[in-house]
Amino acid sequence: MSERYLQIDKVRMVFETRKGPFCALEEISLDIRAGEFVSLIGHSGCGKSTLLNIVTGLLQPSEGDIFLANREITGPGPDRGVVFQNHSLLPWLTCFENVQLAAERVFGATEKKNAVKERVHRALELVQLGHAEHKYPHELSGGMKQRVGIARALSIEPKVLLLDEPFGALDALTRAHLQDELMRIVAATGSTVLMVTHDVDEAVLLSDHVVMMTNGPAATIGGILAIDLPRPRDRIALAGNRQYVALRAELLEFLYRKQMREAA
Amino acid sequence: MSARPVIVHTLKAPRVEVGPADASTQLHPAMNQASSAPEKPLYVRTRAPEWLPQVLAPVIGLALFVALWAIIAKVGGRLPDPVSTWHSAVDVFSNPFYRKGPNDQGIGWNVLTSLGRVGIGFGMAALVGIPLGFMLGRFRFLSDMAAPVISILKPVSPLAWLPIGLMVFKAANPAAIYVIFICSLWPMIVNTAVGVRHIPQDYLNVARVLNLSEWTIFRKILFPAVLPYMITGVRLSIGVAWLVIVAAEMLTGGVGIGFWVWDEWNNLNVQHIIIAIFTVGIVGLALEQGMILLARRFSYE
Repeated sequence: MSERYLQIDKVRMVFETRKGPFCALEEISLDIRAGEFVSLIGHSGCGKSTLLNIVTGLLQPSEGDIFLANREITGPGPDRGVVFQNHSLLPWLTCFENVQLAAERVFGATEKKNAVKERVHRALELVQLGHAEHKYPHELSGGMKQRVGIARALSIEPKVLLLDEPFGALDALTRAHLQDELMRIVAATGSTVLMVTHDVDEAVLLSDHVVMMTNGPAATIGGILAIDLPRPRDRIALAGNRQYVALRAELLEFLYRKQMREAA
Repeated sequence: MSARPVIVHTLKAPRVEVGPADASTQLHPAMNQASSAPEKPLYVRTRAPEWLPQVLAPVIGLALFVALWAIIAKVGGRLPDPVSTWHSAVDVFSNPFYRKGPNDQGIGWNVLTSLGRVGIGFGMAALVGIPLGFMLGRFRFLSDMAAPVISILKPVSPLAWLPIGLMVFKAANPAAIYVIFICSLWPMIVNTAVGVRHIPQDYLNVARVLNLSEWTIFRKILFPAVLPYMITGVRLSIGVAWLVIVAAEMLTGGVGIGFWVWDEWNNLNVQHIIIAIFTVGIVGLALEQGMILLARRFSYE
């Protein structure tokens, strides 16, 4: 079971447009083990977010199936924790209430109110925002908002964490800080993660495997890069690490030589 | 923080050079330790406080208005001048709650009666219009169904509905309330529906990803997201309702600020008509400001 925890099986995605059918994804098959961190990388428009949305359940694939822990995914559900690019916190709820909305949905029926609240506290402590529980999203920095988004996704104890360019909207320093934070959280919780990114360093630093997507239309998997750098990883130590530099070069080679975008 | 004194000194520099260097160092010994601990500014330009023009402008505007009125009264003859109107107003407002029979009551009763009608008609419109707006916003088909009816009825002057009200209810008071109801209805339906349609997809995705129940979606996402739009609808409705009540009451009679205006016209008491105009204006302004305060309370940006 751990060999094929999240199983993407021959997924094909065709959008009906006014100019006729548009094939976004072609024959995507991917198996992810429990506890593994996998990144999807590719140029913008290659359909990596489409693939993530299919796993999320927001999109139905035209063909193919997705299984999570041996159960077929037919729509969105709280067995998957989603972190959106633009945090998507509800502005009229405090951080606590935003996370509570998710936790209450999953554990409200089976656990007492206080137990659920305890979960919310723990999730916010995990992202080191215990002190900001009662602030509203507009009172927080972009990085803090995204951390609340991560706390919300984790509070429901999902089988898999799905991240859609989670740090894309943040400045470089905040992004680095949150990447370290995410590594710590994933190590602490043993989460299985599927992340969409277009940042080469982020992909190599965080992942066990990097899935390289070819350019659309009809994008598919161009190659899978295994990142067997030992954990915990330290970005400063890695910067000079030969293996790291080689992996990074391989990714860059794929993105900028093999999948060069014309006038992109 | 540390940038602050530096800026003060750079601004200061040319000014110091103008005067005798000696005197300036004596007057301001702080000059020499320029970049050390923050000192209080050496020179503060005296400027009128910021609130002053903000208060002054409306006062001047009102004064000009009254002056213009006084001139017109003097030249035109028949219009009562501001001073006599003021005395009359003091008289009217000194006893706002007297009752001498059904057709002679204090201005307080008249205003309260009108507000009561607006309140009832408007409240009923809110009870019907807001849920209807939610439904039209949520379901495309319903919205397409309602669109032609709303588009045709919305621009109709509320007073055109009055005869139908009189015919159906056979009484003046419910007819006036019904006119308020009709004219308050449209802004609330339309604004609520627009609000529902403008809920960011991100919020709905959160709901879908968590598989929230419809009731939770309504309480935690739809309702708070639509609230600012709804309040705008309510604000527009109250504005229109207050506009319309005066006209409706002129036609229906009884007690009410609109009827009072008509009654004073029949008495040829023009001062009282002007007082009524100002009263209507001030009450309308208060309603509007109240709604703006409410809207500010529920805005999340």
